[in-house]
Formats: sequence, C-alpha cells, structure tokens
Amino acid sequence: MAKKEDKVVLSTLWSAGCGSHGGCGCEIYVKDGRVTRVEGNRNHPFNLGRLCPKGLAIPQYMYHPDRVTHPLKRVGKRGEGKWQQITWDEAYDTIEKKFKDIRDKHGAESVIFCQGTGRDIGGPITFLMYAYGSPNWVQVGLAGHSCYTPRLGAMFATQGAYCVLDASQFLEKRYGSPEWTPPKYIIIWGQNPAAGCHDGFYGHWIIDCMKRGSRLIVIDPRATWFTSRAEVHLQNRPGTDGAIAMGMLNVIINEGIYDKEFVSKWCYGFDELKKRVQEYPPEKVAQITGVPQELIIKAARLFARNKPSAIQWGEPVDAMPQGTVVAQAINHLWAITGNIDNPGGNVIARNSHGVTTYPFTSAELTNLYGAELVKKLNEKRIGANDYSMVKNFRGWVQPDILLEQMETGKPYPVRAAWIQTSNIIGGQAADARRHYNAMKKLDFVVCVDLFQNPTTMALADIFLPAVSICEKESFRSWWQPLGVTVKAVDAVGECKSDWDINLEMAKRLATNPIKYQNTRELIDDRLKDGNTNFEKLKAKGCWEFPPEGHPTRPYYRYEKGLLRGDGKPGFDTPTGKVELYSKRYEEWGLDPLPYYEEPKESPVSSPELFKKYPLILTTGRRSPVFFHSEHRMIPWLRELDPDPIVEINDKTAAELDVSNGEWVYIENQRGRVKFKARVTPTARPGVVTAPHGWWLPETDGREPNLFSTWDHNINNLTSMGNQGKSGFGGTNYRSSLCRITKIKD
Amino acid sequence: MPRNGLLIHYEWCTGCHACEVACKQEHNFSGGMCGVRVDEVVTVGPDKVHVDFIPLVTRFCDLCAERVKGGETTACVKHCQAMCLTYGPVTDLAKTMEKTPRSLIFAPR
Repeated sequence: MAKKEDKVVLSTLWSAGCGSHGGCGCEIYVKDGRVTRVEGNRNHPFNLGRLCPKGLAIPQYMYHPDRVTHPLKRVGKRGEGKWQQITWDEAYDTIEKKFKDIRDKHGAESVIFCQGTGRDIGGPITFLMYAYGSPNWVQVGLAGHSCYTPRLGAMFATQGAYCVLDASQFLEKRYGSPEWTPPKYIIIWGQNPAAGCHDGFYGHWIIDCMKRGSRLIVIDPRATWFTSRAEVHLQNRPGTDGAIAMGMLNVIINEGIYDKEFVSKWCYGFDELKKRVQEYPPEKVAQITGVPQELIIKAARLFARNKPSAIQWGEPVDAMPQGTVVAQAINHLWAITGNIDNPGGNVIARNSHGVTTYPFTSAELTNLYGAELVKKLNEKRIGANDYSMVKNFRGWVQPDILLEQMETGKPYPVRAAWIQTSNIIGGQAADARRHYNAMKKLDFVVCVDLFQNPTTMALADIFLPAVSICEKESFRSWWQPLGVTVKAVDAVGECKSDWDINLEMAKRLATNPIKYQNTRELIDDRLKDGNTNFEKLKAKGCWEFPPEGHPTRPYYRYEKGLLRGDGKPGFDTPTGKVELYSKRYEEWGLDPLPYYEEPKESPVSSPELFKKYPLILTTGRRSPVFFHSEHRMIPWLRELDPDPIVEINDKTAAELDVSNGEWVYIENQRGRVKFKARVTPTARPGVVTAPHGWWLPETDGREPNLFSTWDHNINNLTSMGNQGKSGFGGTNYRSSLCRITKIKD
Repeated sequence: MPRNGLLIHYEWCTGCHACEVACKQEHNFSGGMCGVRVDEVVTVGPDKVHVDFIPLVTRFCDLCAERVKGGETTACVKHCQAMCLTYGPVTDLAKTMEKTPRSLIFAPR
C-alpha cells in the first residue's frame, strides 16, 4: 500500500542493514530515490509479514551520517584516524599491486580472507579468495570456530546431513500444510530464540509452534521468557551441557523409551553408545550440572515419549568444551528417538534447490571451485594439517592456530588481510588485545564495511565502502526458500556491493580468467542449479520452494533414497546409517562416542583460580535490537538497549554490595571491563552474563580509545587456544571465571 | 465511527521490541519518542522466576491514523513478531478478549 511513496520493491533481507541471518521477505518503500520505510512482506513464507527491530530500522542505518560513503586510504599511522578520500580506481589499483606483489614474493596463502558472521559475505569472499589462490578463509578470533560449524560438523559426521527444528519452514503453506504437525515438545538448548534468527532460523517460529500446542523443555542458566513457560527448566551451571545430554541419553536408553524400530533399522553403534552412557547416571549428572536429577529424568522422558519432538539449539553448544562432542550427543537424542526428517521433528535442512550461495560443505566448495584446486589449497590452509576434521569438513582456517601463526610467522608468515564486514577487534575475536597486537604487524590490510569500527580504525590501510541490503542484488539459499535480493535504490554515495567489489578484484587478481562480466551473470549461473534465474525469481515475489519430489524438500528422505550419492535408502555416512558410533570421528582420530569434559576454568577444574575469581562468567548474551557488534550507532535501536549490561543474581549482588544500575568492573586474569549491573533473580546465583560486541561509536574512534572497545568489549576477558580435540568447539566464551567490583569514583 | 483500539495479548509478548521500532519508523519519531513501550516484568513465584513483557501504549500513539486510512493495519500490529497485537473496534476486541487470558485493551484516544 503505497500511500506517499513512488514505489514498493519486494526483496529478501539478509546481511548488512538488518544484519542478521534470516531471510525475511520485505517491502521496501521508495520516494525520490530514497528508502523511506522497510516493512515485512505478508506473502513471504519466512516471516509472514513480521519484521524484527533491526529490519525496521534499516532506513536509519542506510542514511546514517557516520556511514562511510567513499573509498578511503589511510594517511596517518594506523589508528590515528587520518583518512583521505580516493577513487575506486586508485583503491583497486593499490590493492591489486600489493596483493600481486605479496603473491609473487611470498605465495597467495600469505593473505587471509576474513569474514564476520554467516551472511551473504560467505559467497563473494570465497569467490575472491579462490580466484586469488589463497586457501585461508577465516572468521578471525572466533575461538574454536564456535559458531555453527562445530554443530554442522557433528551432524555431518553422525548423519551426513544437517537438521533443524521443523517449524514448517520448508513448506509453502507453512502452518496450514497438511503434512506438517507441530513438535509435541521443543527442547530449547542454550538459546534465546526471541532475540533474532540464529543460524537462519526465525526465532518466533518457536512462538508460532507454542500457539499450536508445542510445549517446552529449556536448558539455560538464565531464567527467561521461555523458561517461564517451560514445563521443565534445566538451569545448569554454564559449560556443563554435555553432561546433560549424556544424562538424558542414559535415561532414554536404560528405560528403553527410545524408538526401537528406528534404531534397529537406521542407526549404527547403539550398543557402544549404550555402554558409554552408563558412565553418566542421572545422579552423577546432577552433581556435575547442579540440576536436580528428577528434572533431568523428567525432561528425558517427556522428550522421548512424545513423538514428534524436536531440539532447537544455540551457539553455546559449539562453545562448550569439546563442542563437536556435545553437539554429537545432542544429535543422538533426536536420532534415537526417531526424530529425524519427520514432520515436527528435526527435519533435514538442505540449501534450497541445491543452489550454493555460501558454501556449507566441502562438497559445495569442490563443486564450485574444482576438487583439484581445493585439494591443492588445503595443503597450506592454516590449521588443516593440525586437525583432520578441520581439513575434511568445509574450508575454514582454524582461528586459534591462525593467531599463533600470525604471532610466530610459522610455518609461514601472514602478510596481509582482506577483512570484509567483520569487526574482529571489537566483537568477534576472543582475546581482542592479542589479536590487535598480532594484526597490527601485518603489512597490508583492506577493510570492506559500512561504518568505521574498532577494527577498521585500528587496522585498515584501505577502506572500501559496502552497500546495505536495499542497495544491491544478491541471492540466498540458506536453507529455504530460494530467494533473491532486489536492488531498490541506487547506492548511497559511492558504495558498492560486496559481490561487485569482489568480482572486480577477482578479475584483476585471478590466475585463471573469470567468466562473468557482472554480478548478475554470476548469480544466474549459480541459480542454474535451481533451474531458475534472477528475473524469474524476482517476478515470483523473490522466493520459490523446490519442486515436489526434489531432494531438498522434506520428509523421510532416508527411506526414499534421496540422501546418498548412490541413490540407495539410508544416510550419507560410511555405514549408510545414523552413526551413534561415528566412523568419521574415528577416521579423524577422535573418540567415536560422545563424552563429557569439564570447562578448563571452573569451580571444579580450577579451584585455586575460583578462590580469586569466584563468579562464573558467560558471555554472548543476545540483545534483540543488535546484531553482534553492529547497530550501536542507530538511535531507534540504541534507545532500547543503551548500555553494556551485566546480569547478576540478586542474592549474589547483595553479597557483593552491588546495586541495580551501578557500574562495575568485570575482571579476571586477562583483563577488566566496565559494565552496568542489572540485579535480577533471573540470573543463576554465582553466574554473571554479559553481551558481546560492545563499543561506543559516539566516542573517539582514534587510538588509544578505539570507540571505547577496551572498556566495554567482554572479549578482553576471553582467551584463545582452548579449542577442542577436533579443532572445533572449546573456548571459554560461555564459561570462565571472573570477579565483580563496584567502580568507586 | 467506532472507537478503535489495540488488544494486547501480552501472554505471548516476548519483548522483542519490534512494535516500538515499527512505530518509530512509521512516524519517523526521534529523540526516544514512541507510541508504544515494552516493559519487562519479573516476578518470583514459589517454584520459579517468571519473565513477562507488557507493551504499554503511550500518549504519542495515534493508532497510525494516516496509515490505516488506506485499509492497512497499524505498524505495530503488522510487525509484532509474536503476533500478539490486534487492531480494531474496541467492542470487537472485548469479545475476542474473552478467549485471551492475560490481555489488555488500549483505547488511546
């Protein structure tokens, strides 16, 4: 309904603007070439007309006075904040020359290609990196690569496919689809779904399911809106989720309430798993986790006895000690209860139509860039030779190993970084100071972003301004439907899309000629796998589900022979079954069965440290109005969450003599940051939670202040080098120790 | 003309703040001005701690007077992610309310 605007453009939201992982259908209202409003599209099956605060604030984000709208080159020292506006030609020429020089002298692997979180950037950045010839694709500082990749890896190993909670998101008619049924029980495992669309899952689908009868079991150290409405709340000590999973498996197996038919027909290694879980009786798990054993038993029984039920899990699972093992155990919970690819269970999720935007598997990388190239590049990929799982699953650098390599120069020095929409110092990296010191030494750094932030300010030699989601063409196949992003207005200033920038750079740097003249050709080429193209999808309202019978559509594909390359029924694993005893883990030198490992820093494993730092710190608490370290400069959003807030239990706060609203130091052996206390009974006694990614764009961006990142970034208190045995998971994002003291002025 | 209002079925409000930003965008409000505000209410029961959210309509709400002329609903109702807001004549809303425990009707003006 255009009341005063010239036109309404339908599009798909993903990435800069709203910032997030979701694929919301939107209406972009345009007047005189400017976006005046962004609203939800009721005809889009993903969000059904709704939109989150970040999506609704896009106009304020796009036209923010601080947005960088021209290419810049640094003219002072790094961190001095002295920039000179340059042309795109000069920027491209400078980068081309530098990158070619580095490749000639030191090899292409000396340049790392750094992205932030999983958004449309994964497509263009890998495209550029492979064109240039570097294998080093990385989320710098993401300790243990702890954001979805550990869970994806565990699922790949266990069942050869990825699963997500079935909220009817793979069906056109959504909740009205006759073949769909809501999960009877939903386990929300370490996530606040209301805060966003984690891992591409629209959080409020959980509420939609609850309205249709789904009941909740919630595993969370905090009391939340969801725990208030849960039938069972397991309020465990942070970091002990692996023990909960093992305890629940113990109950379900020993009480014989698993799906016997599914297990005998489709699972491998049940007896071995049965033997292993005997080490985790509920009373022992209760001692480890602090959760009463009757609640663990109750949760296990409700989940197992009510089919279909499903698990919705969050990033904390990745960040647990041995995150790939915790994820494996949770995968087993839905597997032995037969909740795989069934309506209302954990449905298999595949990229719509088999189209790749952002490569989620090694196979997709191979399909796009050729087995030979990927194999050759793997030889020098950082961390791939240290960890078989890192080498054989996807194409990422192992970030903890990268940091060591940047510091030591061994086995080869890292010379330059291409950092695209990633705030490493001010958000993503554990131990921010160590990363700052390591990256400051690089010979050459390019940042592609929309705003200055602590990372661009500290490191960039060249700043390339990127566009928001309303100013570009893009496409999305994570998971479904297949969608396109339509350009609604011309770019603000001289900004360009990430795809356009990377295609131009790829043409200049490629060792083999690039076959695409422009981004549209590239998009259409990728969409060929879906038997469609950009214009066709645009004409359909920007989205389409795969046709009936397509292997990317649910349900029960393991029965129909739609999961394996050979077309036989079963799962795409070495045994063709869901591997409760993992052959792939075994091949990678890992324990084939799940187990529990205590966090490295905890009251149990480091009692001496606990005397000095008697509180458990868990970081990464999500805000519904920010996406990671973004959006702090957007008034409509910042008004709703103005300060970095640490949540402290009321009784714990009384012991510390801390009152609600007071500023405090959170401190441990690695550093000290300032947060405002929120004293609340929702916090577990003895546990404090802090959000990540806080910096203050309204303060001085120049060093040493760097937008106050050293004062408020909780990652000044976390560390690297705790990765799991697989190379994935581990970290202390979710469980370390700290103390809290009042700031006396 | 019937008197219109908002039925707020706050049992489902998750505190996501979409209504507030939808309102600010629709009216281009600045300086913290807004037609709706979501408050968190934490209560301690005998067996658990409860977290609820309640959207409160402020004096700046005009029920999207301009917007609804064309037949569209209010910006907050459209974008509420929990779909817990309804716009319409208060007499109709009152009937609906018989089936919506933990709800409020706001008739701003």
